[in-house]
Amino acid sequence: MSIFVNKKTKVIVQGITGSQGLFHTRQMLDYGTNIVGGVTPGKGGTTVEGVPVFDTVREAVEKTGADSSVIYVPPAFAADAIMEAADAGIPLVITITEGIPILDMVKVKRYLADKKTRLIGPNCPGVLSADECKIGIMPGYIHKRGHVGVVSRSGTLTYEAVHQLTQLNIGQTTAVGIGGDPVNGTSFIDVLQLFSEDPETYAVVMIGEIGGNSEEEAAEWAELHMDKPIVGFIGGRTAPPGKRMGHAGAIISGGKGTADEKIRVMREHGIAVAETPAEIGETMVRLLKEKGLYEDCLIANS
Amino acid sequence: MNIHEYQGKQLLKRYGVAVPHGYVAFTEDQAVEAAEKIQTDIKVVKAQIHAGGRGKAGGVKIARSNEEVRAYADELLGKVLVTHQTGPAGKEVKRLLIEEGSDIDKEYYLGIVLDRSSSRVTVIASSEGGMEIEQVAEETPDKIYRESVDPLVGLAPFQARRIAFSIGIPKKLVNKAVKFMLGLYQVFVEKDCSIAEINPLVVTKSGDVLALDAKLNFDDNGLYRNKDILDFRDLDEEDEKEIEASKYGLNYIALEGNIGCMVNGAGLAMATMDIIKSFHGEPANFLDVGGGASKEKVEAAFRLIMSDQHVKGILVNIFGGIMKCDVIAEGIVAATEKIGLTVPLVVRLEGTNVDLGKEILRRSGLNITPAQTMADAAEKIVSLVDQAAGGVAK
Repeated sequence: MSIFVNKKTKVIVQGITGSQGLFHTRQMLDYGTNIVGGVTPGKGGTTVEGVPVFDTVREAVEKTGADSSVIYVPPAFAADAIMEAADAGIPLVITITEGIPILDMVKVKRYLADKKTRLIGPNCPGVLSADECKIGIMPGYIHKRGHVGVVSRSGTLTYEAVHQLTQLNIGQTTAVGIGGDPVNGTSFIDVLQLFSEDPETYAVVMIGEIGGNSEEEAAEWAELHMDKPIVGFIGGRTAPPGKRMGHAGAIISGGKGTADEKIRVMREHGIAVAETPAEIGETMVRLLKEKGLYEDCLIANS
Repeated sequence: MNIHEYQGKQLLKRYGVAVPHGYVAFTEDQAVEAAEKIQTDIKVVKAQIHAGGRGKAGGVKIARSNEEVRAYADELLGKVLVTHQTGPAGKEVKRLLIEEGSDIDKEYYLGIVLDRSSSRVTVIASSEGGMEIEQVAEETPDKIYRESVDPLVGLAPFQARRIAFSIGIPKKLVNKAVKFMLGLYQVFVEKDCSIAEINPLVVTKSGDVLALDAKLNFDDNGLYRNKDILDFRDLDEEDEKEIEASKYGLNYIALEGNIGCMVNGAGLAMATMDIIKSFHGEPANFLDVGGGASKEKVEAAFRLIMSDQHVKGILVNIFGGIMKCDVIAEGIVAATEKIGLTVPLVVRLEGTNVDLGKEILRRSGLNITPAQTMADAAEKIVSLVDQAAGGVAK
């Protein structure tokens, strides 16, 4: 099993004819993702990489039966694209776009409140279930099938963690980027809950960063509701306060949201927090050995 | 993006939020001219810098005559103010706000922020004006009142009334306070604010509800649709290299150390700083080249790092997803060919098109130290910088 996406997932790409959309459509197809259509208003009726393009999401869903969408639409139009996907009834919408105005996302969240759509992102690398389905921009080759779930606010740190695990012969179920914006569709807790329920996932890597308190909330939740081991990492220990560190959500303000505080709370609630970003994989190996899960998690045994 | 208090007040006025009458002044003469236009006996001379805590640092003066206005303007212009928000280097005062004095009856706090947990805009108010709201929250949390706003409706008048009554605005001024709050909320949503803080909001003895101070910050992602806010940008308040970086759409933040970093992705960039530090090195900057950077953008990033005289070594750490390693490699080669490479350079590449990227670097003949992992990269650059400094690798 895996979470969110698998071999059966039928994907449409919103913004498929843009340069990023096009590049990553090719990459996703190469990975074996079942891309059934694309949407670019005004380009309906054409074909890209053998994939039919539609003018509207509704039409794409009617014609292809898509159950998920990935959005590469530029920031000014991305909120509208998310709402269009939700209105068309797509259950899973993954938004890669970075730079969407925060207040647009506040409206989007409100719009989604009574829809059945789950939004992942924005400003995220997407979701990848190893050997099954890649939606987004993660480099596919670093992922190997196994039993560790990965959830992260940062794209590149997700790759870093997955890469370290694979190098140590530890495979993954699904890697999920929840995105670096202060308002996003899916939280750490949402993903932890799904990993908790997934029989194939034995342990989880959770990567956070400065800003907000979603890591603390997740740590508290996990202690009460989850019995799978968790390795954590928080980026930004050396970040100066009051500066937005690239991600819109990565800012220490009013002395709140520091890495040290997050690490303290996570440890207090039983999460094994890696000391440096280079030790995420090793920390997982150590923890798996401690819990007697190491052999089961090795790629050869998965 | 930050703006000055006087700019914030200009904006508030347009939305019907009452502010004291005032003018900006860049010179002593302009300060006196402004004072002549103000009717009140007391005039306030306020240093305009992008930092709070100006009052305590001596940046706010009460003048009783135009001569005093001139004297204070003379004292403040060119002065370096050090507040708890400026850092030890402080900030030079280049602009003043000359404002009418207000007969303050009572001070309050009013702030509009994003509440990340609920993904809603929240209005925060308190009877304890003039204090740092974080301090109030810590010491007397019961004196803080919050209203969460439904984005489809906006701040409703009944919510604004509830706030006004809760923090003890005098009954006869509640309607004015409501108008004030609705105006402030309008500014917040129309101009893509990230913070709108009025501290203090005052009621005066003559029965006005005024914004005595105004701190407005804006969401950079919303600036494309708020060109008028961009006009408020004061480049004097920003780091030169950060300005240069923003021209290329690079996320750059200058730090104190000597190891320049070029990384893709904010999380990895922060983690790279962290790991340099864990090997007892000091990062010179945060630099996220972002996803889908072009060769030109990478080149600009590299030039930017090299232009920092403190930089004694460079660490490039790339894990390509949306970013292609060959583009990074081409950018590095192009930049070093133009400006030369005078300091050690450690490059760690991984991800999309990694082999192509490594090949480009190898063929360039540049003196690049390759690294396999993040730890390897950090260890190598710290040791190379130490060696170059004649010291022993720690």
